[in-house]
Amino acid sequence: MAQAAIELIGINKSFGAVRANRDINLEIVRGTIHGIVGENGAGKSTLMSILYGFYQADSGEIRVGGKPASIKTPNDAIALGIGMVHQHFMLVDNFTVLENVILGAESDALLTKSIAKARSELERLEREYGLEVDPDAIIEELPVGLQQRVEILKALYRGAEILILDEPTGVLTPAEADHLFRILKQLKEQGKTVVLITHKLREIMAITDTVSVMRQGTMVATRETRKTTVEELAELMVGRRVLLRVEKGEAEAGGVKLAVKNLTVKDSRGVTMVDDISFDIRAGEIVGIAGVAGNGQSELLEAISGIRRAVSGSVMLDGKPIDLTGAADPGELRDRGLAHVPEDRHHVGLVLAFEENENSILGYHDDPRYLKGPFLDIDAIRNDARDKITKYDIRPADCRLKTANFSGGNQQKIVLAREMEQDPGVLIVGQPTRGVDVGAIEFIHKRLIAMRDQGKAVLVVSVELDEIRSLSDRILVMFAGRIVGERGPEATEGELGLLMAGVEQREAAE
Amino acid sequence: MDLFNAFIQILDSTIRLSVPLLLACLAGLYSERAGIFDIGLEGKMLVGAFAGAAAASVFHSALLGLGMAILISVAFAMIHGFASITHRGNQIVSGVAINFIAAGSTIMLGQHWFQQGGRTPALAPGERFGAITWPGADALRDVPILGPIYAELISGHSILVYIAFLMVPFTWWVLFRTRFGLRLRAVGENPAAVDTAGISVAWLRYRALICTGVLTGIAGAYLSMVQNGGFVKDMTAGKGYIALAALIFAKWKPVNAMFACLLFGFLDALSIRLQGTPLPVIGKVPVQFMQALPYVLTVILLAGFIGKAIPPRAGGVPYVKER
Ligand SMILES: Nc1ncnc2c1ncn2[C@@H]1O[C@H](COP(=O)(O)OP(=O)(O)OP(=O)(O)O)[C@@H](O)[C@H]1O
Ligand SMILES: [Mg+2]
Repeated sequence: MAQAAIELIGINKSFGAVRANRDINLEIVRGTIHGIVGENGAGKSTLMSILYGFYQADSGEIRVGGKPASIKTPNDAIALGIGMVHQHFMLVDNFTVLENVILGAESDALLTKSIAKARSELERLEREYGLEVDPDAIIEELPVGLQQRVEILKALYRGAEILILDEPTGVLTPAEADHLFRILKQLKEQGKTVVLITHKLREIMAITDTVSVMRQGTMVATRETRKTTVEELAELMVGRRVLLRVEKGEAEAGGVKLAVKNLTVKDSRGVTMVDDISFDIRAGEIVGIAGVAGNGQSELLEAISGIRRAVSGSVMLDGKPIDLTGAADPGELRDRGLAHVPEDRHHVGLVLAFEENENSILGYHDDPRYLKGPFLDIDAIRNDARDKITKYDIRPADCRLKTANFSGGNQQKIVLAREMEQDPGVLIVGQPTRGVDVGAIEFIHKRLIAMRDQGKAVLVVSVELDEIRSLSDRILVMFAGRIVGERGPEATEGELGLLMAGVEQREAAE
Repeated sequence: MDLFNAFIQILDSTIRLSVPLLLACLAGLYSERAGIFDIGLEGKMLVGAFAGAAAASVFHSALLGLGMAILISVAFAMIHGFASITHRGNQIVSGVAINFIAAGSTIMLGQHWFQQGGRTPALAPGERFGAITWPGADALRDVPILGPIYAELISGHSILVYIAFLMVPFTWWVLFRTRFGLRLRAVGENPAAVDTAGISVAWLRYRALICTGVLTGIAGAYLSMVQNGGFVKDMTAGKGYIALAALIFAKWKPVNAMFACLLFGFLDALSIRLQGTPLPVIGKVPVQFMQALPYVLTVILLAGFIGKAIPPRAGGVPYVKER
């Protein structure tokens, strides 16, 4: 008979007025991969943080391996063999991999001894699970995919039998995600239990054995993965039927709104990231830029939005040039009708310590609508924020809540609402639905298409091929800083995948 | 030869003058590396100086004086901890408050207990930490060059001076070679990482503040029981702030901290030495200018000559559990 690794019984947790978890019951079978899905703010991260001892449940019982367990701190969880990879990594950026792995689990009071011991143990783990990382590399110099491996190694080093991963693939490239899944399968073969939280239902179907669905703090269903479908899961999550692919009509492209010519951008180390790129975006069309992360898309976005200096080339907005010296005034660009949703909402898009209503006008705070003489018109700002909260279904619907306390997907919606509601002529969006649930994806896609139909020019950069294909009227594929191909929306995934891998380019060079 | 002797003397007073800076600077290093800004170094040194001199004169024991200096200074560090760790208060405000309390209470209690206008009674030799003469120092004094270096610079300081300089390699070792040091540095960079690794952020930070308190206590004792034969009001005279400047200047590294403090000590020694002496070309320099020199230099150095000083990333931010 299958044995339960973890049983959660009647878990409740509130944050002030927000009931993040209500009467949750969940059983996770040993040696399986158990998926948890749910809308943004459904309470997934909270539930797992309770299991890991990071938060305390208000009431309820946790059983580990059949025995009642009292998990008051992460230490208790670690002692019970529970490890967690958080949605936002918990690493010390300027420490080495090895130092991060041993932190809190040092075998000895002296570091040299602990490190020597850890090094051989780490090498064994790396070999066993295909988790290669240079133990002496500094975290901040590693790409996110590798940082995540360090998080997994941290858990395994502490002897985790049960590994919780909170949205591990949100930041990964498809290849990195595939690698991660191979690792998870291997862990399962070794008898470990994996709990996987994700918004990508495809991943759930591909790798989990069982899947549980949460909605607004409650557990609504648990299914055997092979007996369910993506459509059923989406419906369970949102409580209504969801269009996984939004319908849209033909684009009626008008005049050129944004013209990029021979743009070249280097990163801080002087490496050419955008290499002589030219393209136009017309009014009334959505242009999608596909590509594996790290091929210059981020730098391209930053240059166009005036944040990063371009080495050469020009960008014309409505026929007038944009200052590409890196000293452009973002306020001026906004006045000219260029709105920008940055890829990295945590660092660039939001001030997490501010209240939601403050973030919802950030950058537009000089707008007379929000001013009363020289002062901010607090009432106008809050009313405006409440409108956006209703329209974009941001949860919890509290414009006074500190932004850091919104779930990841809802933070994304705050930024999107701010930029889209300004009615810009040109909208540039980086990773529009990173970390966003299926219901919200449908909504955001509909909004983007509506903007297009109103005659706006939209540029979407995304590492999600599905998203690019369902949104774009034209698809540009970026590889190694260049545009290696342009395709229509009918292009197949395989065709785009090859372009993204730079295959055609190599053939042409031969 | 005269010039050489003068030079040795300046270096000798450089050492004496940098000791309180060095102890305070290392004290600040422990707390700031753990993510707690401590502008209250000044105040903790001051209460340490007062408690040390008072206890030494009452109990007629230098060691008891030192013990009391450390105890009271640690107690003040714990107040800072209670306000800024447990209650997540603003660390700057708490530090400034400590400085005010220290300045006021030392004068008030001093006057109440000893009735000497806020001073403590002059300490007898047995109540102070005397100079330690190294073996052979007197015999070697007349050997050219090496003699004075050994006899003046190396030998003939109080035990607290040697402790201060030994604290440099010790602090380095603690920070970079022990488990405690690894955790301490981690909590100053990313407390959430420490928390999720199963270590108590608060307890770790309190321990760092205890280290701070011990060191500021020794620094205070040095001021009132070695440099001076008793407590005088406001005797720290801004050393706690200079130590903070040295800490930034040293980029929060122990060995750098020593050199920074020696530099500030040297400037101080030079200004004392040159007071009233006419300099070639410039002529007589006003005393006030020489006294201001270390501070002016601090500003200049901090303003641009040391490159980017990156403080511990979580510095000054109370830790609240959240994503
Ligand atoms: N520390 C906190 N203080 C106040 N409210 C919080 C806190 N943490 C979470 N919440 C609230 O609890 C609810 C559940 O949040 P949680 O992060 O668990 O959602 P989630 O399912 O992980 O969502 P996402 O998929 O967007 O990450 C949300 O409404 C959130 O705003
Ligand atoms: Mg979450």
